[in-house]
Amino acid sequence: MLQLKKLVKTYRTGDQALKMIDLEVPDGQVLALIGPSGAGKSTMIRCINRLVEPSSGEVWLDETELTRLGAGALRRARRKMGMIFQEYALVERLTVMENVLSGRLGYVGFWRSLARRYPQKDVDEAFRLLDRVGLLHMADKRADELSGGQRQRIGICRALIQDPKLLLVDEPTASLDPKTSRQIMRLICELCAERGLAAIINIHDVALAQMFVSRVVGLRFGEIVFDGGPTELSPDKLTEIYGEEDWEATIETVEDETEEAAPVAAVAP
Amino acid sequence: MSGVGTGTGELEALLGRRWRKPAFIKRPALRWALALGFVVYLIAAVLTIPVDWARVYDGLDRGMAFIGAFAHPDFVSRGSDIGEGLLESIVITVAASVVGIAISIPIGLGAARNIAPLPVYLLCRAIIAISRALQEIIVAILLVAIFGFGPLAGFLTLSFATIGFLSKLLAEDIEAMDRVQAEAVRATGARWSQWINYGVQPQVIPRLVGLSMYRVDINFRESAILGLVGAGGIGATLNTAFDRYEYDTAAAILILIIGIVMGLEYLSGLIRTRVQ
Repeated sequence: MLQLKKLVKTYRTGDQALKMIDLEVPDGQVLALIGPSGAGKSTMIRCINRLVEPSSGEVWLDETELTRLGAGALRRARRKMGMIFQEYALVERLTVMENVLSGRLGYVGFWRSLARRYPQKDVDEAFRLLDRVGLLHMADKRADELSGGQRQRIGICRALIQDPKLLLVDEPTASLDPKTSRQIMRLICELCAERGLAAIINIHDVALAQMFVSRVVGLRFGEIVFDGGPTELSPDKLTEIYGEEDWEATIETVEDETEEAAPVAAVAP
Repeated sequence: MSGVGTGTGELEALLGRRWRKPAFIKRPALRWALALGFVVYLIAAVLTIPVDWARVYDGLDRGMAFIGAFAHPDFVSRGSDIGEGLLESIVITVAASVVGIAISIPIGLGAARNIAPLPVYLLCRAIIAISRALQEIIVAILLVAIFGFGPLAGFLTLSFATIGFLSKLLAEDIEAMDRVQAEAVRATGARWSQWINYGVQPQVIPRLVGLSMYRVDINFRESAILGLVGAGGIGATLNTAFDRYEYDTAAAILILIIGIVMGLEYLSGLIRTRVQ
């Protein structure tokens, strides 16, 4: 279980990115975090694994309070939090396999990782994950030879090989085409269900979020202004999160798309 | 649906007007004054350089003799001196490059603001600033005074110069790297050394290899110059040849230096395309 208690982030410029965020994410729950650009979504998930240092408040992952951990303990805690990025964030000049295995860096020593001599069970797990996302044949390709959707699958493998309890997912589909976006979202949600992982998914695409997740949290100016099921998002709620706009179209498409989703999946290779 | 800005008259005022890129210096008076001032200064500066035309006329003969020597370079009569000098230069180049590059890498890491803490950053930047401020010849003269004539002074000079050059450019490359790739490695729980090895190193290695090759090239050329102040190498042989007015031998040495530099240039090009 992940708990955020009165989490505040004030940047040095004085911008209050997060204002007293309280949030509980039970084990196994996949949550979509929506909100306009600059609402603090990215800051929030980075405050959880402390790629951004929170200004005050607490973050609890099970029995551990993360904000006060020292360097070594923080590294051990980060192993339990896999992260997936908007621009995939693969190390482009490393091979696919090196990128996947880099998810084990928190578990192996420096010299082993330097020589790329990972324990056999890590290597086996890397191959299993690559097979699961359908990219086993790409193992020795360099990461920059892959397409966007393929790279994001490798990013997912890297996060999962950490054996995490929680996935922090930052705009996984923002650089992908609509069809690949759905496939990636479906893959993330399936893998979370298979492994009983909790996930926080930052996402711009409200309709896509509604298709796949069981809970939606809306963020505006660093505050939670909506927390509920995907069907509870009405035009009024969206106006509250994003500001005045004609929302009927967005919500209608959602309903269209859910019906349409099956044939699209059937066409997919 | 009507557009946003209609009815203000702002658009009407602009239509039909010529458009030019705004000037870098806005005030026309200042702009013209600076341009004119520069031209006047340039003319004045050139006029103050004294030229002794009679001396130039005398020197033309010597110049022609030197250039003419390239038509019949003499590799043989001072052959063993040239061989020794060249070998010494190559030893200086290789040793100074290896040592210099090895020291440059940690200093380059320390001098990158995005990965080093402030005190380390300032220390490494200070080392780089000192190394870059002291020109090779000046360092060589100082080191020759300390260690005496010979290749040791040349080796130390070039190692020192390599640090200033390579650390600075490496640090700048690290500062310009893609932050997100490195962030992703950090998010896995990697320790600092692993983070450098997986997140930073792959991003900067092609440029590091390219710059190192370029520095080997520079070190060889410099080693030829440093001989002129007594720091060993082919430069010492070249200096002796000039002192004795043996232009044929000097031409032979210069041809060898040019050949080796071009060879290194070609080699570094090959290596750079391979590591991309």
